Amino acid sequence: MSSLTGILTPAGGTQVVYRVNPVAKLLAAMVLSVALVLSIDWVSAGVALLLEVPLFFFAGLAPRRFFWRTLPVLIAAPLSAITIVLYGRPSGASYAEFFFIHITDGSIELAIATLLRVLAIGLPAVVLFVTVDPTDLADGLAQVLRLPSRFVLGGLGGLRLVGLFLEDWRSLELARRARGVADRGRLRRFMGQAFALLVLSIRRGSKLATAMEARGFGAPVRRSWARPSRLAARDAVLILIAVLISAVAVAASVLSGYWNFIFSG
Amino acid sequence: MIADRSVGAASVSAEGWGWRYSGRSAWAVRGLELRVRPGERVLLLGSSGAGKSTLLHGLGGVLGGDDDGEQAGGLLIDGVPAAQARGRAGLLLQDPDAQVILARVGDDAAFGPENLGLPRDEIWRRVGEALEAVGLGLPLQHPTSALSGGQKQRLALAGVLAMHPGLLLLDEPTASLDPDGVAGVRAAVERVLERTGATLIVVEHRVEVWRDLVERVIVLDPGGGVLADGPVDAVLREQGAALAEAGVWVPEHPPERPVRIRRPSPTGSAPLLRTEGLAIARTSDAVLARDLALAVCEGGMLAVTGPNGSGKTTLGLTLGGLLPPASGLVDASALAGGLPPAPHEWRSRELLTRIGTVFQDPEHQFIAATVWDELAVGARALGLGDGEVRQRVEPLLERLRLAPLAKANPFTLSGGEKRRLSVATALVTRPRVLVLDEPTFGQDSRTWRELLAFLAELLDEGSGIVAVTHDRHLVAALADEEFVLDGGRAASHASGVRG
Amino acid sequence: MTATSASTRPRLGGRWRVVDIVIASVVGVAAGLIFFAWDQLYKPIGTPIEAALPGAQALVYGVWLVAGVLGGLIVRKPGAALYTETIAAMVSALLGAKWGGFLTIEAGLVQGLGAEIVFLIFLYANWRAWVAVLAGAGAGAAMAINDLVLWYAGSGTPFAVTYAVSSIISGAVIAGVGSWYLVKGLAKTGVLSRFASGRDAAERV
Repeated sequence: MSSLTGILTPAGGTQVVYRVNPVAKLLAAMVLSVALVLSIDWVSAGVALLLEVPLFFFAGLAPRRFFWRTLPVLIAAPLSAITIVLYGRPSGASYAEFFFIHITDGSIELAIATLLRVLAIGLPAVVLFVTVDPTDLADGLAQVLRLPSRFVLGGLGGLRLVGLFLEDWRSLELARRARGVADRGRLRRFMGQAFALLVLSIRRGSKLATAMEARGFGAPVRRSWARPSRLAARDAVLILIAVLISAVAVAASVLSGYWNFIFSG
Repeated sequence: MIADRSVGAASVSAEGWGWRYSGRSAWAVRGLELRVRPGERVLLLGSSGAGKSTLLHGLGGVLGGDDDGEQAGGLLIDGVPAAQARGRAGLLLQDPDAQVILARVGDDAAFGPENLGLPRDEIWRRVGEALEAVGLGLPLQHPTSALSGGQKQRLALAGVLAMHPGLLLLDEPTASLDPDGVAGVRAAVERVLERTGATLIVVEHRVEVWRDLVERVIVLDPGGGVLADGPVDAVLREQGAALAEAGVWVPEHPPERPVRIRRPSPTGSAPLLRTEGLAIARTSDAVLARDLALAVCEGGMLAVTGPNGSGKTTLGLTLGGLLPPASGLVDASALAGGLPPAPHEWRSRELLTRIGTVFQDPEHQFIAATVWDELAVGARALGLGDGEVRQRVEPLLERLRLAPLAKANPFTLSGGEKRRLSVATALVTRPRVLVLDEPTFGQDSRTWRELLAFLAELLDEGSGIVAVTHDRHLVAALADEEFVLDGGRAASHASGVRG
Repeated sequence: MTATSASTRPRLGGRWRVVDIVIASVVGVAAGLIFFAWDQLYKPIGTPIEAALPGAQALVYGVWLVAGVLGGLIVRKPGAALYTETIAAMVSALLGAKWGGFLTIEAGLVQGLGAEIVFLIFLYANWRAWVAVLAGAGAGAAMAINDLVLWYAGSGTPFAVTYAVSSIISGAVIAGVGSWYLVKGLAKTGVLSRFASGRDAAERV
């Protein structure tokens, strides 16, 4: 699971995208997601996707890396679409009917829209998040968004323990083989190992909390920040791009009459 | 080298101080009266349960508030209650992994000063100073996950140092480190003390590490209060024997070596386990060592030693049949009895009666909810009936002094008890070969002595043992052969190592 | 360390200590990993159920609600359920969850809120088994509302009803009962000794 260690040390790069403030990336992803989720129609999703694709090249991800990280989205999109084809709200000409399955014009249209929508929301989110360093994100959340530092840094500390989980998991597996219980009952073993991992992690977490307090964390004193996190021009540019894409997509959809507000009907 | 005496050394006083953790009926510390002068260097000793750790945590201000326990009396640093003397005391804990807070070296060291609210320039200046003082000459962007245990401890020390504490508190800082790590931390602490002149209180059960650095020894009494207090040599002379009995590693009173009745004959019968041209690897791409040829005989102990990262643990796991060899072979035909000679091809139940493996961290192996069940796991996996299971479990409980703990949850045991339990669980199924990964790691002298006596008995009964270790005392006491792994190949293969 | 005499105004449920924050984060991160694993694994189990009764695939979705209830039960502070479920969602989003990072987090927020509201109704003072079950059910209801509005907006009524009922049941059983037993098991190992939840369940030493 290289993606597991990958989130802790994302490959650095010199492209602009790596120097954008993580909070800006978060806001940009938010804007896009909200705008696109408000309607299920192929125009808004399709236009957004079209406008996003050239920007992926800008992101500076190696094609292979891009493919692997976006694979879950690429698989989920058609699968969700198939669900909607079979069970979506029926309207228009009907093509097949069997038990609860009802394939109609309406459900096919909704399915295509869903496919494009999952791609249009999922792909940029993955691309943005892949280039985020957790420590920088924590700095941003605390300094730019003014979230309480105790929670942000405590959360970051907990996240850091993830790196140790993987080694522990391998040891736990080997240990079960040594204890003679690795031959059958995979699910049971999995649950047992997951429990053991949770125990070890909570114990380590308690020690980490003590270590953080030993360095003065959690006191009422107002803390300062060694690494400044500010919003700069390029961050504004990213958010602007997200706003523009959303606006164009929504406008295209409304003007072409395909806008399908999810809260209506 | 500029001596930075701007850090005022702190004085400590305990006035009838006591602490009881929530949910416990007994007081961890009771009625403690103590004075430490500014700049003094103190070694704190005592049997386990005497409250040494509690005292250090109390001074560091991390015991918590009403939620966590109840305090009696006062604990003062420079006349101010310890819980409010923010930044005056710096506490270093035992587990190097649990003290790494951030992902980059510079950021981690800057964490403390950030919490004090210092201006940015001052923070980075102190970080540079602190890292240099502990001898960590790494770039600030260096990932903390790539550090060794000793380096992590030194990084934690730098993080504490950057807060300019007047009181340095070290709670068993070297117990989880290999000899190189220990030396590194010791040197770092010495340098720090030279530069800052801070007061030092260190808890450790290995006296020889700190003996030359401290000037005063205080021994705590488990019943509360101070048992002995005075210059190093005097206290060790008086209390040395009692301390050694309680598990402290006192150089003048080393633990007894076990006595072995049989030794394997050098020309011996066919080995129980042997390898040929073995190459070991964790993952298929990174081969750690190759061309290894070794053998484990009946009634003999093979010690595998070498620096950190040389692949000792991987070798142990490969010999135990848990990891497949990258190339070459592991031949256990003397044990196989009808199965293929390579142990990694056996099913896990078949491994039980042939090769037992004990992991470095006993907690990785715990499966059951009580000690009794934990021991029974192996026997039950073999399909034995209840009567037979009991027959095997009870003698082991007695032999390893775990009987009073039979109903306890394995995770609640102390370090030494967990270690004994993990060895016992491997023995329930009576394997002929036992592979031990760092069996004496971080153990006090009493557990060490008991464990070695037990291993000697096993050897006398005819088991073969492989011990992956960096404990020279263990090697000297019990090993018949030593196999040194260094830089990809066996560097030496000494037979007949005598203690 | 935590000032005992200052901030005397008693807060509902108590103030968060550093260990509360770190453990809630650890539980959140661990749960996030489980969520990520479940993201990859649930399809083979969910699809046949879905084929049999569309909407009932939500019966296995309770796994994604465990973080909130578990966090609340262990830490027992206001906002714990919300915080833990949100962290879990963030982690599974970072690892590449499919519904677009932000919406995964938003789902986590909503689901966490579902459990949080139940704990709030009991004034953060009642942590018994049936409260845990209710909290799980609450999270399930929240999940159903969130998913039906955002992802299945184009679906028919039978689907929606089945989905909602299955979510609530799944939440109550998997997240509610499951978390409660999990906390009991954890308490026995002694790792929760700094928490009231650990001291209640463990035996006195």
